[in-house]
Amino acid sequence: MSAQAANDGTPTKTVDSHTGENMRQPTPNNIYELAGVRKTFGAGPDSVKALDGVDLEIAQGEFLAIQGPTGQGKTTLLLLLGGLDRPSAGSVLFDGRDLATLGESELVGLRASAFGFVFQTFNLIPTLTAQENVETALVPAHTPAREREQRAKAVLEELGLGDRATHLPSELSGGQQQRVAIARALVKNPKVLLADEPTGNLDENMRDEIVAVLERLWHERGLTLIVVTHDSTVARRAQRIAIIEGGRVSAGDRSEIGRQAAPADSLEPTFVTS
Amino acid sequence: MYFTYLRRELRRRARQAVVVAAGLAIGIGLVMIVSSASAGVKKAQGQVLHSLYGVGTDITVTKTVTFGSGGPQRFNFGGGSGSGSRPSVTPGTHISRDTLRPAAGESTLPASDVAKVAALRGASAATGGLVLTDTSFSGTIPNYSEGGKFSPGGGAASGAGASGSESSGASSFSISSTSVDGVQISSSDVGPLTSSQVTQGSYFTPAQNTAKVAIVSSTYATQHGVKVGSDVTVAANTVSVIGIAQVPSGGAEVYLPLGAAQSLSGLKEDVTTIFVSASSSSGVSSLASQIQKAIPGSTVATSESLANQVTGSLQSASKLATSLGKWLSIVALVVAFVIAGLLMMAAVSRRVREFGTLKAIGWRTRRIVGQVMGEGLALGLAGGLAGIVLGIAGAEIISAVSPSLSATVGPAFAGAGAFPTTFRHAGAAGRTVLVHMSAPLQGGTIGIAVVLAIAGGLVAGAFGSWRAARLHPAAALRRVA
Repeated sequence: MSAQAANDGTPTKTVDSHTGENMRQPTPNNIYELAGVRKTFGAGPDSVKALDGVDLEIAQGEFLAIQGPTGQGKTTLLLLLGGLDRPSAGSVLFDGRDLATLGESELVGLRASAFGFVFQTFNLIPTLTAQENVETALVPAHTPAREREQRAKAVLEELGLGDRATHLPSELSGGQQQRVAIARALVKNPKVLLADEPTGNLDENMRDEIVAVLERLWHERGLTLIVVTHDSTVARRAQRIAIIEGGRVSAGDRSEIGRQAAPADSLEPTFVTS
Repeated sequence: MYFTYLRRELRRRARQAVVVAAGLAIGIGLVMIVSSASAGVKKAQGQVLHSLYGVGTDITVTKTVTFGSGGPQRFNFGGGSGSGSRPSVTPGTHISRDTLRPAAGESTLPASDVAKVAALRGASAATGGLVLTDTSFSGTIPNYSEGGKFSPGGGAASGAGASGSESSGASSFSISSTSVDGVQISSSDVGPLTSSQVTQGSYFTPAQNTAKVAIVSSTYATQHGVKVGSDVTVAANTVSVIGIAQVPSGGAEVYLPLGAAQSLSGLKEDVTTIFVSASSSSGVSSLASQIQKAIPGSTVATSESLANQVTGSLQSASKLATSLGKWLSIVALVVAFVIAGLLMMAAVSRRVREFGTLKAIGWRTRRIVGQVMGEGLALGLAGGLAGIVLGIAGAEIISAVSPSLSATVGPAFAGAGAFPTTFRHAGAAGRTVLVHMSAPLQGGTIGIAVVLAIAGGLVAGAFGSWRAARLHPAAALRRVA
């Protein structure tokens, strides 16, 4: 079964009246629409096809898990969704804008405002405190220092790290570090939270803790949450699971889901493979 | 955030930061020390030239004798000490002569040339002088029939006041020479002797231009027991000493007013040397060219050209400072810059994940480059500060040790037509002047150090920034995935 466009709508091409930029009108409620996305590394006989014709739609507010074995293109797909890389072919529509052709400056702008990233290895700046790490996400927007501080503190409080704000990453547990990383991703109020193996470096207890945090935030904030994981336990918490294998994706039909903002425990994700 | 991040990052890799800063400090400190030592050598050269050349003088103008037009020092032997009929050289006859002449090989210039030179553009002041040697010879004609051998007393005329004697049978000859300068009495501080050098008695007054008065060097006064009020003999004339002056080694022994020197030497309306002071140091060579055109056939020497003809450890130090020191500094700086740059690159390479993450959360490349450049600049400034301290310490040590440098005006210049008469004291055996070297720190040197520190920081930062700017976020994140 292949991925389908929501509402059976086919995207149409339009032109932005202000910028003249070619825009494909997204299907209503879809925040992402990927069509024929290919990503090849290298050239010639040694080239590696990481993605080989991915078609995928992701609805606004959806919790999608991308699951698959190691080396099958999960992270590559996530990087394309986050505007950190460009496809070799195909289009990656985000809110009607094709990330494949968007200028670098606009991509940087989107990364600064619309996307929040959470990494497996937390990727915190080791010399900065938890609060300062969170504040780094507000630097690109030139947020005044005092406001940065207040917002960072508020998010850390929300994630139960109010008393750890002045601690360096090395003074925090793995779960706490990942919560700081989540705080850093959320402090700018992004539309999409992209998590790459967020529990990959954590033990079971911490894994459950982090998944619970992500679910709560998704639920409370109405985020679009896309989690790349090889852990079925984590994947099963998502509304829908996209299986990636051999550079191709199979995804559940959202029309069968309709459970956004439902209690996490009751979720039974659509689990479809091609 | 910028400075917090910068400070913490430098503190995190403190050891590496210390290595980079220390490298820059050594390079910058070395540049400062060499620069100060070079200034000290130049100052020492100035002292030497001052002693051999004249106070406040930038240029000297002389004229050498054309071969065939002059001749060696000759004595007109006559009876007694004055002029008279052709001498009778009867054995046993006592003869005595005292003459005041320019040094061998030197010619004279019309005194009017002094005004001509003073009027040239770029000339601050010009005075004329007579650089002379008073030579006295006395003895008794030997009786050859009694088997006496004649061998002119020619004691090595090494330095001023040389004398020699010969004795054979009944004969006895003695010869002595005294360096005498005729000084133009003027208010300008240019020439072989100025009022500021007189330590006892008084300087010449304009009214004494033709008077038989003299100022003697303190060395001469000590050697000959001369005091203010004593008499000395110059060209068989009694001259009254009115002052004693502190004269650098290499200067004359006796100074006369120019008019008196002209009268006693028979060189009326002539000078042997014109001492010129330039309005600015940068205009010396231009002024020298003008003088050369204004007085054809003259020898125009600048302090710089003379400095190149002085040998000895001073010259060696000068060469050391300008060649070895300069290249050593350049090599040290280049090595420091490259090491700093490579270490910064290595640091950025280790922070790939960090910068990839920052790019992922929206930091622009220029912001990251700015961060890395800031770190480089901070290291450069820290290294510069340490380098300045090192440079000051090095310069202070040199000044404290104050090594002696010798400047030799050697036999190589004897008879060299282009050499000014002020070096007439060099003599056949050469003359060595000792000066103590210092390493004066100048504002410009510290300015250079600051510029180098900033440059070093920017170079180091640029290496790292280049690496950071090329970093693609996806590639960076994949590398650590």
